[in-house]
Amino acid sequence: MKSNKKFDYYTILEKITPLIAVVFALLVGAIVIILIGENPIFVYKTLFGYAIGNRDGWGNVLFRATPLIFTGLTVAFAFRCGLFNIGGEGQMYIGTFLATWVGFTFTNLPAVILIPLCILAAACGGALWAAVPGILKAKTGVHEVIVTIMMNWIAASLTFFFVLRFKAPPTEAMVAAGVKQMIPHTREIAEAARLPRLYNIFQSLNIDFPAYNQVNVSFFIAIGVAILAYYILWKTNLGYEIRAVGYSPLAAEYGGISVAKNIILAMVISGAFAGLVGTNEIMGFKYRWRQELFTGLGFNGIAVALLGKNHPLGVVLAAILFGILNYGGAIVNIYTAGRIPRELIMVLQAVIVIFVVISDEVVKRLIRQRRKIA
Amino acid sequence: MFGDIFNAQFVASSIRVAIPLALAGLGGVFSERSGVINIGLEGMILTGAFTAIAATNFSGNPWVGVLAAILVGILLGLIHAVTCITFKANQIVSGVAINLFASGITVFFCWLLFGETQIMAKRSLPIWGLPLPNIGESSTFVRSIIVMFANYSPLVYLTIIIFILAHLVLFKTPFGLRLRSVGEYPQAADTMGVNIIKMRFIAVMTSGALAGLAGSFISLEQAHFFVKEMSGGRGFIALAAMIFGKWTPLGTAGAALLFGVGEALAMRLQGVLAIPVQFIHMVPYLLAIFVLVSAIGRATPPAADGIPYEKEIG
Repeated sequence: MKSNKKFDYYTILEKITPLIAVVFALLVGAIVIILIGENPIFVYKTLFGYAIGNRDGWGNVLFRATPLIFTGLTVAFAFRCGLFNIGGEGQMYIGTFLATWVGFTFTNLPAVILIPLCILAAACGGALWAAVPGILKAKTGVHEVIVTIMMNWIAASLTFFFVLRFKAPPTEAMVAAGVKQMIPHTREIAEAARLPRLYNIFQSLNIDFPAYNQVNVSFFIAIGVAILAYYILWKTNLGYEIRAVGYSPLAAEYGGISVAKNIILAMVISGAFAGLVGTNEIMGFKYRWRQELFTGLGFNGIAVALLGKNHPLGVVLAAILFGILNYGGAIVNIYTAGRIPRELIMVLQAVIVIFVVISDEVVKRLIRQRRKIA
Repeated sequence: MFGDIFNAQFVASSIRVAIPLALAGLGGVFSERSGVINIGLEGMILTGAFTAIAATNFSGNPWVGVLAAILVGILLGLIHAVTCITFKANQIVSGVAINLFASGITVFFCWLLFGETQIMAKRSLPIWGLPLPNIGESSTFVRSIIVMFANYSPLVYLTIIIFILAHLVLFKTPFGLRLRSVGEYPQAADTMGVNIIKMRFIAVMTSGALAGLAGSFISLEQAHFFVKEMSGGRGFIALAAMIFGKWTPLGTAGAALLFGVGEALAMRLQGVLAIPVQFIHMVPYLLAIFVLVSAIGRATPPAADGIPYEKEIG
């Protein structure tokens, strides 16, 4: 009985390693802030106070969390199949661009058709881009990490090529601001392709919410996709097979499960999640594609998935935490007039990632030792 | 027109583009030959690039900048090594974290130390080589020869020496044999009394040093400034060069040169050729995938690449 109790204690410890990592990272951040000569308590109070202290803050947090939920699920879903999909960035590029293209090309369709069509395009673009490493892994055994990395950069060049083909003249706002050199961008997507902002919904419910807040319906799509990911993984045969392959490809093959098929399917579904970032970035926010070199959303998805222990619920929570840090960091940047640069948050996120993987391994080893003794 | 594009300047600029790719790629070779995947090369290059300029501007001596970049690279290599070797954490995750860390920390310090997001280099390394004859004074042939072979930053010559040394160390010395055995079959190496942990630490820190040096070349010699995310994927092209070069120093150098020629060509053909520049930029990545997939000359990574070493206790 006694050893059993000890064992439980370590299992709990294993479950909360992300929390330990976050606390550690915040401590590291506090030390850095002290070294700069600022007050960490004031900084963290400002950070969390503005991020989650009022409705506007929450809106901004959820707006920033939405794409991270998608990219976090991308990594988590593939990981359940034993795959490391670090191509979320590229899959997101292709999916998002495709959604934009549909949005500004089929402008005479009604919203009921155009919105689902754009969402479908986003998912298909991501799925297509992820299918390549999936197929290569399944058929030739090439490591998916290398292929997804290379596909990221190919996607960046490819979208750059297409944005130049569909380049739109500077907008009125740009002309008014006297912008000479502009980032290449496409036309705006049709009104009918745009997702409503939460402001519109709150307004009709007579709830007070700032009109400039960018959080939009895409957040609910993200939550829906998280539930879908959970459902696929734990309530369907496909999910069972995917997890079996992830747990032990050899055993799965022996049990009559096609490893190749599941690898490809897991990659395709995972890529589709990444493509859906377009629902937030384009359909709910920018309404046009602007060529930027890597937003980092795909790579942050890895951090989010790790922090969320590759579970959909964990991913949502981790994405919200990152949303809080990102928005709060930006606010702190403004309030301290740049004395605490917002890049501090990026450093903290990297520290969180390192601490999560390290504490995971340490706890795993502790458990193993425990088992040996018991 | 042909002569306008393929001249001595073209050769020289191809070599200049290739240098950082080759150096960082060689870093990848060392790390992966010992069995540790290093996705963090990109971040190490970026941090090296920033440190080189910051240290140069503070000290007024570009050599201090180069040295500082190497040291910072070693430091990041140490972090990667501790995470992956000591704690046996996932190597890809650690590499990604290092890239994330580098993106943040460089801009962070740039703001803190200089109050700007972009800094210019106050000084750069001298050009070592024979004096260029004035046009007309001597034949253009002599001039071309000098431009192609003897008119570079010292780091270019240093890179060539590093590559010859790396080849000799990896393939002609007992140390190299041990390093490779650690990456191929660590159990056997362990039985032979090779200290696996130590070998891997040395390899990963060497890879950091080389990536840092690559970064200093980019900022001090190519750009003469630092701006956020200026590494622009060179760490990943370096990985592609490493794969294309089949995890050997000379192969990596060849691949880096090939990519350098491609990039130099892309710069010169902008607007001239029917093929858009973006497609030329894709070539290194496509080649890497192609080499990995194709049956001809199939590239296989070291057998224990990416696997933490677990000592079996009977």
